Amino acid sequence: MAESLRDIRRKTQAVEKTKQITRAMNMVAASKLKNAQVRMENFKPYAEKVLEVLNSLASRVMSTTNPLLAVRESQRIRLLLITSDRGLCGGFNTNVIKMAEGFIREKKKEGKEVSVIAVGKKGRDYFKKKENILSYHIDVLGSFDMSLAVALGEEVIPAFISEEYDELHVAYNEFRNVASQKPKMMKLLPLSPEDFSDEKGESFGGYIYEPSEEELLAQIIPMYLKVQTFNALLQTSAGEHGARMVAMENATSNCEEMIESLTLKFNKARQAAITAELMDIVGGTEALAKSS
Amino acid sequence: MADELLLEIVTPEKMAFSDKVEEVTIPGVEGAFGVLIGHAPLLSAVQCGELDHTKNNKKTYYAIGDGYAEVTGEKVTVLVESCERSDMIDTEKMRRETEELESELAKLSKDDKDYEKVSASLNKAKVRLKVAEKA
Repeated sequence: MAESLRDIRRKTQAVEKTKQITRAMNMVAASKLKNAQVRMENFKPYAEKVLEVLNSLASRVMSTTNPLLAVRESQRIRLLLITSDRGLCGGFNTNVIKMAEGFIREKKKEGKEVSVIAVGKKGRDYFKKKENILSYHIDVLGSFDMSLAVALGEEVIPAFISEEYDELHVAYNEFRNVASQKPKMMKLLPLSPEDFSDEKGESFGGYIYEPSEEELLAQIIPMYLKVQTFNALLQTSAGEHGARMVAMENATSNCEEMIESLTLKFNKARQAAITAELMDIVGGTEALAKSS
Repeated sequence: MADELLLEIVTPEKMAFSDKVEEVTIPGVEGAFGVLIGHAPLLSAVQCGELDHTKNNKKTYYAIGDGYAEVTGEKVTVLVESCERSDMIDTEKMRRETEELESELAKLSKDDKDYEKVSASLNKAKVRLKVAEKA
């Protein structure tokens, strides 16, 4: 017998416990996901409105004088990498990190400088030794609000204006549905006017502007950036919980499978033990009968 | 009943308010302004301050953060970073917070890099305290 009965039973119990944990994590992730989805829904009207106002303003006063629209020769690139703080969520972080790594490699090949701003522990830990990490924000995704996006915005906007770097990209996980997230790369700075000018803007004609249109535009562009950042944060957070939920569901069903096969093994071993014992007894009595 | 206009206050967290009201006073960057139905279309930046609206001769006060307000003839949309109704703010807590920030600000010199940040938060706390006291 390869394993004793007790060994198998112990193993089964261990797997049973693991299953309990993964199932609990699955449920926790499911409820967090629900919250995250509600927040995403609640944020939508705000984001849409900001974009609408920006659209209308931009189509009226397309000043290229705004420093955040300044296209410079992109030599120094900054990458805002958003990952989760914790693991156990399948390929969620790996995918976005891989994409970011590919992006960095490509840009470096072109002879450009890349530095990273990391949100989330996983991304920071991965690039800690490999790349130049300017700053990081960890343990923030558990509970965050707009102020995190505002803080990030205030970190990157002045640096862009003072020409510390020329281009800002963000790498995050796009939330498609509960079971699927897609790593996504987006250029944030400089903003290209095509991003937000469409023909819809005409409806705002004849407005009174307070202060002037240019000043309003100058104020709303940073706001748009923060909205984009917040959106990326929200999607990553929802995606993280979705990915974890799926991963834990798989883990739970794997545990079940394992328990099943272990139980089978246990039963077989027990039966073998009983048979062996029986054979002993039968053999014993036969021997006794013969000798008498 | 007077003619009513639709007021919507939108924050990143939620739709904070959406209902018909008679009059709105908004803290614009160039001074507070009142809006009645039929106001000329207007787009204004809004600064952290006190917003109130009147319905059935009753005023309700809100402390709001920075943002924008868009006015059309029958609708006002206010987009702000935060919005709290006066009775949702804890007056005692705000008073303490205001005092703490004041003493913190007193320690900093004007060239300190945190000076602007602290004075901005103090300003916000003051607005909230003022609004809270109206509850």
